[in-house]
Amino acid sequence: MGTKTLYDKLWNTHVVRVDDTGTALLYIDRQLVHEVTSPQAFEGLRLAGRQPWRTSANLAVPDHNVPTASAERAAGITDPVARIQVAALGTNCASFGITEFAMGDPRQGIVHVIGPEQGFTLPGSTIVCGDSHTSTHGAFGALAFGIGTSEVEHVLATQCLIQRPSKTMLISVDGELGAGVTAKDIVLAIIGAIGTAGGTGYVIEFGGEAIRALSIEGRMTVCNMTIEAGARAGLIAVDEKTIEYMRGRPYAPSGELFEQAAAYWRTLVSDDDATFDRVLHLDAASIQPQVTWGTSPEMVLPIDGQVPDPAAESDPVKADSIRRALAYMGLTAGQPITEIAVDKVFIGSCTNSRIEDLRAAAAVANGRKVSKNIKLALVVPGSGLVKEQAEAEGLDRIFTAAGFEWREPGCSMCLAMNADRLEAGERCASTSNRNFEGRQGQGGRTHLVSPAMAVAAAVTGHFVDVRTL
Amino acid sequence: MQPFQNFTGVVAPLDRANVDTDAIIPKQFLKSIKRSGFGPYLFDELRYLDHGEPDMDCSNRPLNSNFVLNDSRFSSAQILLARENFGCGSSREHAPWALADFGFRVILAPSFADIFFNNCFKNGILPIQLKSDLINALFEKASGATPLQIAVDLPAQLLTLNDGETIPFTVDAGNKQRLIEGLDDIGLTLQQADAIREYEARRRIEAPWVFYTV
Repeated sequence: MGTKTLYDKLWNTHVVRVDDTGTALLYIDRQLVHEVTSPQAFEGLRLAGRQPWRTSANLAVPDHNVPTASAERAAGITDPVARIQVAALGTNCASFGITEFAMGDPRQGIVHVIGPEQGFTLPGSTIVCGDSHTSTHGAFGALAFGIGTSEVEHVLATQCLIQRPSKTMLISVDGELGAGVTAKDIVLAIIGAIGTAGGTGYVIEFGGEAIRALSIEGRMTVCNMTIEAGARAGLIAVDEKTIEYMRGRPYAPSGELFEQAAAYWRTLVSDDDATFDRVLHLDAASIQPQVTWGTSPEMVLPIDGQVPDPAAESDPVKADSIRRALAYMGLTAGQPITEIAVDKVFIGSCTNSRIEDLRAAAAVANGRKVSKNIKLALVVPGSGLVKEQAEAEGLDRIFTAAGFEWREPGCSMCLAMNADRLEAGERCASTSNRNFEGRQGQGGRTHLVSPAMAVAAAVTGHFVDVRTL
Repeated sequence: MQPFQNFTGVVAPLDRANVDTDAIIPKQFLKSIKRSGFGPYLFDELRYLDHGEPDMDCSNRPLNSNFVLNDSRFSSAQILLARENFGCGSSREHAPWALADFGFRVILAPSFADIFFNNCFKNGILPIQLKSDLINALFEKASGATPLQIAVDLPAQLLTLNDGETIPFTVDAGNKQRLIEGLDDIGLTLQQADAIREYEARRRIEAPWVFYTV
């Protein structure tokens, strides 16, 4: 009987040394690199005459800026600034010897989709990326977190980061989820319960029957949005699902080395007598399909909810936030969520663009049509390999028959760095992770939902409980 | 990095909670491959009435007169006063780059998002967490007819307001030292190269799969 949390185990295994101020030098096993947050880091290396410490620890892919329309991909990126940035990633990777899955490569995709898909994401490892949604990889019992560009350069040059240990929180989702309720609904409900700063200073481990019952892809969705609760990282203990997911992946070990690794990976659970700084329980059965109504992921309600009234909020700062959000979102206090009509639908992003997400979306789209009031309904697979798999299963034909556009992989309308975006005032049912003002385009209004709920909104033209379709 | 030196600066009050890094610097400006020049686009969607694009000349853009940085009293502010969870969301270091490029050197808030907080120290910005009631009182003072000025003393970890009030603050010892000395983190870490190599040699035996390459 030990007393260590999973986080303690991961932390202890990776500390190189601790200085007299209590700050640790933490070894980083893996770094994922994309085009937006890396050029200044490579330039920093170049200016200082430094080389990457261990080139094979890095894997690069362009994802934020890439077009999702096949014509533009074939012809080359239209936006000259974006084109330069994507080209810079290619040049930097070539000159520093880093593997890159460039735009024409079938393995190209969203950085947090391809890491796990390739087996580059290993249980028990430390993984960083200049991207806040690096928390996704915590689904494998890996300590994974987003960093800034200075730290990207620091990891390239030293394979280490300067870190202090975080506090630990256990969120146990007890019991069984209701039918039609998904990993996305779990994590939105958690963010609604603890707030967008509820996890600040913590690494959150997700446990309980409902988490154990999730597939690996569902676990990635939960860990992905841990950053939306403010936590440094999310973690889920390793089990046989984790081990089986890893088997046969290109960058994962194979043969005897795999079995040796798996034996170690099975130890990556919090000990029975481990203590956490904070423990929270959530009843899985009480979680309904969730829809965000405001401009922060914590502004979330079950599908049968009503938009809140700022007059009922006693905290003046919170009341002000509600008032501002209602104005920006074009909603009125007391309005039922099911009466909100949408203009666009986006299925994709590092939160919900994996094959299971597309299957769940296609299951609802099958035999239905996108509503006439929807201007655009997009499905953007998370990687070229997800796209191939979906096409092999005929999911693309289900989507196109229903009136969705079937696109090439990338971050797309999650942050609208490419051409996929909302115009001012347009309202979107989105499977992405952030509903901030302007996130999907200046003046755009984002409602975060699960893939099934996004399709339900697409076919009815407004938010609706997918279980009642 | 330039060493952080004590200074006295004007406080600009940004009275909204959960200000995210998308609001601090919108996505279209992230296409730059440079580290500088983001200041004119800081808070672009809040600050201007039109849509900003990279390399745009901002001198003739229509200003949102209700935004704090467009108030002439705060146009040369070096201290930003903010609410809960400042800097949440995306890890983009372009946010502190834009704040520093505008001229901000200190941010005061009741809480900060973790990645943003770390990114500040890498760019010579000192984020200071203060209790909510202190922040509330500072908002009152900063919103008066005459701007609030604060003298920031990092070695002494003390803020002195222009009315004489003093507020002590805490800062991580390692971060404090690196800011004051303007140290290069990478250079410091590379002084530990032998320790890193020893660690790697040990891990190659304990966990060889981590070093497996295709």
